[in-house]
Amino acid sequence: MDSLSPSRPITIAVLAIGGQGGGVLTNWLIGLAEANGWYAQATSVAGVAQRTGATIYYVEMIPAVPGRTPVLSLMPAPGDVDIVIAAELMEAGRAIQRGLVSPDRTTLIASTHRALGILEKTAPGDGISDSARVTAIARTRARRFIAHDLQRLAEANGSVISASLFGALAAAEALPFGRDSFEAVIAAEGKGVAASVAAFRAAAEAVALLPPATVDLPEPAAKAVPKPAGGSDRERSAYDRALARLGAELPSNVHEMAMTGLRHVVDFQDAAYGHLYLDRLAELAALDRSRGGDGRGHLFTREAAKYLARAMAYDDVIRVADLKTRATRFARVEAEVKARPDQVIRVTEFMHPRVEEICGTLPAGLGRAVERRAGLVRMIDRLFNKGRRVRTDGVFWFVALYALAGMRRHRRKLLRHAVEEAHIADWLAVARRGLAADYDLGVEVIRCRRLIKGYSDTRARAESKYGKVLSALPLLEHRPDGADWLRRLREAALLDEDGKELDGALKTVASL
Amino acid sequence: MAERSFAREVEQLKIGAGEEFRGEGILAVTKALLQSGVGYVGGYQGAPISHLMDVLADAQDILGELGVHFEASASEASAAATLAASVHYPIRGAVTWKGTVGTNVASDALANLASGGVKGGAMIIVGEDYGEGSSIMQERSHAFAMKSQIWLLDPRPNLETIVRMVEEGFELSEASNTPVMLEIRIRTCHLHGRFVARDNRKPAFTVKDALERPARDTSRIVLPPASYAHEHEKINHRLPAAIRFVRERKLNEVFDAPGSKVGIVLQGGMYNAVIRALERFGLADVWGNTEVPLYVLNVTYPLVDDEVVDFCRDKDAVLVVEEGQPDYLEQALSKILRNAGLGARLLGKGPFPMAGEYTAKVMSEGIGAFLRAHAPAMLPDRDRAPNVPADLDDETLKALAKEVPMRPAGFCTGCPERPIFSAMKLVEKELGEHQVASDIGCHLFSILPPFNIGGTTMGYGLGPASNSAFNVAAKKRPIAVMGDGGFWHNGLSSGITNAVFNKHDGVTIVVDNFYSAATGGQDIPSSRANNRTRSTHHPIEKAVRGVGVDWVRTIDRTYDVGRMRDTLKEALTTPEKGPKVIVAASECMLNRQRRERPLMQQAEKDGRRVVRSRFGVDEDVCTGDHACIRLSGCPSLSVKRLDDPLRDDPVAAIDQSCVGCGNCGEVADAAVLCPSFYRADIVSNPSGWDRFMAAMRAKVTGFLQRRRAARRLGFETT
Repeated sequence: MDSLSPSRPITIAVLAIGGQGGGVLTNWLIGLAEANGWYAQATSVAGVAQRTGATIYYVEMIPAVPGRTPVLSLMPAPGDVDIVIAAELMEAGRAIQRGLVSPDRTTLIASTHRALGILEKTAPGDGISDSARVTAIARTRARRFIAHDLQRLAEANGSVISASLFGALAAAEALPFGRDSFEAVIAAEGKGVAASVAAFRAAAEAVALLPPATVDLPEPAAKAVPKPAGGSDRERSAYDRALARLGAELPSNVHEMAMTGLRHVVDFQDAAYGHLYLDRLAELAALDRSRGGDGRGHLFTREAAKYLARAMAYDDVIRVADLKTRATRFARVEAEVKARPDQVIRVTEFMHPRVEEICGTLPAGLGRAVERRAGLVRMIDRLFNKGRRVRTDGVFWFVALYALAGMRRHRRKLLRHAVEEAHIADWLAVARRGLAADYDLGVEVIRCRRLIKGYSDTRARAESKYGKVLSALPLLEHRPDGADWLRRLREAALLDEDGKELDGALKTVASL
Repeated sequence: MAERSFAREVEQLKIGAGEEFRGEGILAVTKALLQSGVGYVGGYQGAPISHLMDVLADAQDILGELGVHFEASASEASAAATLAASVHYPIRGAVTWKGTVGTNVASDALANLASGGVKGGAMIIVGEDYGEGSSIMQERSHAFAMKSQIWLLDPRPNLETIVRMVEEGFELSEASNTPVMLEIRIRTCHLHGRFVARDNRKPAFTVKDALERPARDTSRIVLPPASYAHEHEKINHRLPAAIRFVRERKLNEVFDAPGSKVGIVLQGGMYNAVIRALERFGLADVWGNTEVPLYVLNVTYPLVDDEVVDFCRDKDAVLVVEEGQPDYLEQALSKILRNAGLGARLLGKGPFPMAGEYTAKVMSEGIGAFLRAHAPAMLPDRDRAPNVPADLDDETLKALAKEVPMRPAGFCTGCPERPIFSAMKLVEKELGEHQVASDIGCHLFSILPPFNIGGTTMGYGLGPASNSAFNVAAKKRPIAVMGDGGFWHNGLSSGITNAVFNKHDGVTIVVDNFYSAATGGQDIPSSRANNRTRSTHHPIEKAVRGVGVDWVRTIDRTYDVGRMRDTLKEALTTPEKGPKVIVAASECMLNRQRRERPLMQQAEKDGRRVVRSRFGVDEDVCTGDHACIRLSGCPSLSVKRLDDPLRDDPVAAIDQSCVGCGNCGEVADAAVLCPSFYRADIVSNPSGWDRFMAAMRAKVTGFLQRRRAARRLGFETT
């Protein structure tokens, strides 16, 4: 036999997540091919029940020859795919992983937005994958790599990502069909045509403007420095004095972080509280210098500036009430829900105060006295411990929370403050001890404050993890690699909720 | 009620002879049934043939015009038993389900049907859920075909061949008085292609005719002595008749390449993949021309010995392309070659792996290995001594493995099943872990992160039954979860009635989402929708009480996490003995949104007052502990990094896809998580009163906000 035909189909794989409209895009691809007199075959393995899993759609197309049926494949073969369309960045990574992207053949079109996987979201720490790493790989693995935030373009035009992906495909000119032909297919759909076409065009233009092989990962915008506003003259001048102190008393490579921290604690309480923050920081800076911090970029003080600010601005009910009633918060809610000016927004909060919060809001002595009386605690618990749905756009609950936020003036006399202060004192004492043993160990102790977060039970669990991590200090402070071990313990603590990884890591440390 | 409407597509079912049909594989199968003059169809939904059931449901008017009865069967067993109509009457019937699980359920009826044999053509269309994307155990339908002697068709995956096999399959069935199984793989079910249609045919003899003129033939009934005779009949009459038919009609196809000393025997379903692999070796082209002879088995059971011998006679080596295991075909072919005294080498599982799907890569490697060993001269140089393929380097692969996240299936945004498992998580925190048996359905996703609840799944509707052994006095009770689909499929008898009879003390949660949600929204007896052709509105609670359960609680809003939690706690701790059943009912959000969203958008467009809710997270209140996500897993609840140097960990964030189901707020409250969540009710086209009240409120709140902002030292970014 000597008459094998050399013609081969164009092969296209679409990788999407359930619910992204991969099926719509596939139908458009078929429509496009058939409208141009091509023969198209498409298939997918979208199990109906797999709502949120990754799905691959596969299309092959070839110019039709009357009376002949081409034999087309039902699945993509590694090294054999001309166009890969990834409806999310990590799906592009998955396509590469599966060998569908080859440097000599494949045009890879990807949306750079992220839809996070469940394990990226559930990690108690930061479990988000590294987008830059995947785009770097994509750039070297694809013949052409076209990447853009096509989700944003779709949303901005009131459409879904299938439309903007289709636009990017048109602009890529990887198929031998004109732009009009693409738009005609969308128009034939008959539903939501205007929005789809708008998203299609926006994407086509955005992609056409991209220089070859570039990626529009968002540039970090230059940050505006927040300016002080409001407050009495006395308060303002106290803040100015604090700024002056910061410049004078702290090493310059700590200034930026300390400035952010200072604003944070002043916003939490007042200028006097800012001075307390600086007192502590200045003392830690002196210690830092005495331990050779000048040669270390004052890392110890810098990290302390960061974590001390968060520790001092703890999340008590006053703080929550304060944040919930601010004008900036109202504006943010409206922006988040994309409310139009002609719409009315009602906001309901989900609060669940417990006895601990009630006592925490009493003067320290009284609060402790109540906590000692089990019967009284039970009674308060019965009265208050239930979920409260409150309308903060309504006058009654707004005023209630506003008044609660007004208790800020008395905060430093309240039980919760005393508890937090004691916690901070303990933490800094341990940090000093760590620093005395080894500079890096001191830094790592400071950083363990990252573990303290959450409310109620979550916070209690966080504290227990924090306690467990620092319990290893006596084992580590005489080891040259002690700091590194403490870092590993902290990172292990952030991997899962129950602390299984941490327990494993602690066992390893105990066996050192 | 189904989530996808085929109303537009089914119009194609009406096209006549000579017109070209373009569409999905399952729609082509339906058209082929009509072209075959089928008298009745039935089946049970499940991927990948759910859409076939949907198509049939949407095509009921067309079916009605042709006098075809369509039955939405209660289970695959019901569907298989439906084929009894073809035992004594010359009526063609077809049923469909998901294989192999559906065939498991149906096998009692199938074995009886196959024993007595059929008069009218009986066809079972099995959507073979094997390989990538499959949600079930990996087994073959082939074994069922062989054990009950049902002919197995495995057509080449293009619409022409599939349609031809449906049509000739009925004739085969009638010619050999044997039911026929048509196996269509998952990708083929969803395949878009074309074929030239023929006219639809009304059944010559309808089920109505049969009902009015009943007939019986005791020799067809599985009772001694007839049942002994059946076995002999199968071997002495039906099998030879089938082989004769397959040979005469050339159901199997040979694509020859004269002179070649090697050849390939393949299942029809593997054809396109084999051609593509040969194409890449330069041995075939996209029009199906091949330099390696192919013997394509569109009928994989029974095999036609003479055809096999003819094909293999002049070959030195023959490759068997047979997906799945055990390697029944290879074993059978070996025997045929040995009996015929042929010396051709037979290879199959060797170049190919015994287990797993024949992906494009596996296919290429298997055929490549075979050709290199037995016909190296046919290969271009590079394939004869291949270099190491241009695979990804280890470092890149490792980086991708680390960064590319797993995407286990999970509950959709707003799914009413999520709060059930959030509540279970909360109960677990209080009462400890429990023995939990799962079932088939969306609720099975509870096994995956973030819930990690449930230990076994023994089959559809068998969740409660799989807790049967745990019926002893203990400090904890077992929990079983079952969907409404599984409940009606068989769970009511195998699970609930069984528990009543055996005085089981466990807890069963029946998840009622108003229809069979996982398979695409088909109606079932407890559906809340009015269905023109089915009887719905049969409450699960009534059925459960009817079989003798006294402790039943129906929760009609699963999103009430607190109530869900308390009810479950009560079930686990009540001194009352006997089975405890909780019916947790809320509509599938995916379908509900599909139905309601367009109506809401229209209402908004028409200027009517519409309230839409969605949730949000106050980013400065959230501490980034992600406890809420571990109790939810909602796709719209994600995390984002803040542009704040004081923060290390991303905070929770809710995106635009939120449907305002309320789970976040309920969980934050019930689990006492945090005050970060808020619900925003967005009122479109507000009334005068709405606007007046909003303006008044804004006056007060705005005044107070300005007052405080002026009095305290704050910071603003301009």
